[in-house]
Amino acid sequence: MNQQELIPHLFRTEFSKITAVLCKLFGIKHIEVAEDIASDTFLAAFETWSFKGIPQNPKAWLYAVAKNKARNYIARNTIFAEKIVSEITYSSSGIQEIEIDLSEKNIMDSQLQMLFAVCHPSISAEAQIGLSLRILCGFGIDEIATALLTNKETINKRLFRAKEKLRLEKVQIVFPEKEEINKRLQTVLTTLYLLFNEGYYSESRDSILREDLCKEAMRLTYLLIENEQTNQNSVNALLSLMCFQASRFTARKNENGEIILYQDQDETLWDHELISRGAYFLHRASLGNKISKYHLEASIAYWHTIKKDTTEKWENILQLFNQLLQIEYSPIASLNRTYALSKVYGKEIAIAEAEKLKLTDNHFYFTLLGELYTDIDNNVAKQHFQKALSLAKTHTDRHTLQKKIDNM
Amino acid sequence: MEEFALIMRHEDGHKVASPEQIQIWMKQTMDWIGGIAAQNKFVSGTGLPFEDSRVVRHKNVVTNGPFGDIKETIGGFIIVKVNSVDEAVEFAKGCPVLQGDGNSVEVRKIAKSDGTH
Repeated sequence: MNQQELIPHLFRTEFSKITAVLCKLFGIKHIEVAEDIASDTFLAAFETWSFKGIPQNPKAWLYAVAKNKARNYIARNTIFAEKIVSEITYSSSGIQEIEIDLSEKNIMDSQLQMLFAVCHPSISAEAQIGLSLRILCGFGIDEIATALLTNKETINKRLFRAKEKLRLEKVQIVFPEKEEINKRLQTVLTTLYLLFNEGYYSESRDSILREDLCKEAMRLTYLLIENEQTNQNSVNALLSLMCFQASRFTARKNENGEIILYQDQDETLWDHELISRGAYFLHRASLGNKISKYHLEASIAYWHTIKKDTTEKWENILQLFNQLLQIEYSPIASLNRTYALSKVYGKEIAIAEAEKLKLTDNHFYFTLLGELYTDIDNNVAKQHFQKALSLAKTHTDRHTLQKKIDNM
Repeated sequence: MEEFALIMRHEDGHKVASPEQIQIWMKQTMDWIGGIAAQNKFVSGTGLPFEDSRVVRHKNVVTNGPFGDIKETIGGFIIVKVNSVDEAVEFAKGCPVLQGDGNSVEVRKIAKSDGTH
């Protein structure tokens, strides 16, 4: 018997492609039908291949089965068929035939259009991420629940409500008009950014899943880059940022899942190929005049790919944060800026600036104060770390803080 | 919260300082603004370069200028959102132009379209 190896993630990858094409065909109204047909296809594959072995061309097998199931569904539901009249072609025998186009181009186009439809401003960012993972990335409900540290019921409800809302708003699965593209792209980029963060900062024990989330975010961002109309500077900047961050994925956690702080990381574990790719996309992003917050974040991330503590590094990072905060304020950016300030002008000046921030409900604020007071007044530093510990939410953060306190 | 404009008045730096010095001032200004932005109190801002400027007067008389050779020339402004004029004044005190004797930062409330102002 021909024992072939299935390429990793074949089912997940092909599920997302088939679903995208069928969703595009059936419309938002019938997303579930598209999902069901795709799911049935993989069920059939599982049932058949387990006994008969993996076919020579698994992809072709899957596509053929998906097409048949889709055609059968349409044949059995004439009202449904009437709604997608545009796709109906007539074969030589005069019988209506549905053309399900699973060519590479149509797959890419459908996925891109689904990306815009799913990352729609009318549903919450949480819902956008959930739908993206399900429909665009082919994740199972269980996997999504594990990755987002919640349960199946919550995810199911979230996806159900999101689809309802999209139906209510009559969202079309089309490429946005030229005038709309920039605005819609903002929403998509925000969602992809959040999706990447979910994978990068997730507390989930499943490290392979977390890494997959980051990879999916990068794949979808690359999808935008491959299309001329969406290949914009800010998109290249976002991908650059993701590459730089992802380069430290392996180095930042040990076998027990504990965070290894930047200064303690083993540089040899950094993925230098990803760093090069990040630099490549940052270069592409800079060909033009527009600067987005992603440019600034990517540039800061670039400096962090150089472990050595030099004045040049921190002066550049400080100025980048100065600019970033003008474009978009965030407490984390503010705290990181203050840390950079301490590296350039010393702890005393940074302490003065830090105390003006008054972010008293944020445990990172007290962590920063703790860091700044260390070796200046260790008692005050310890108090700040303890305050931070009392506010910390995640297991990882609490562990890190406890270690700091114990070391004092 | 109210918005205030911090209007910087100084002479044209290019006339009195070296490129090195100007770069230092630029960094100081970025740090000053960064500090305000870090407190989430920065709204917007811009420099007003001296090149290619004109003054239009009564009867549409147009002249070149201002030339930035007096310390009262406006060089730029930022807008901050604060709880009081005193807070705006504290921010103004941090402006690098004040390193020069005779320079100043004018603190002015931004008019609201509430019918009265």
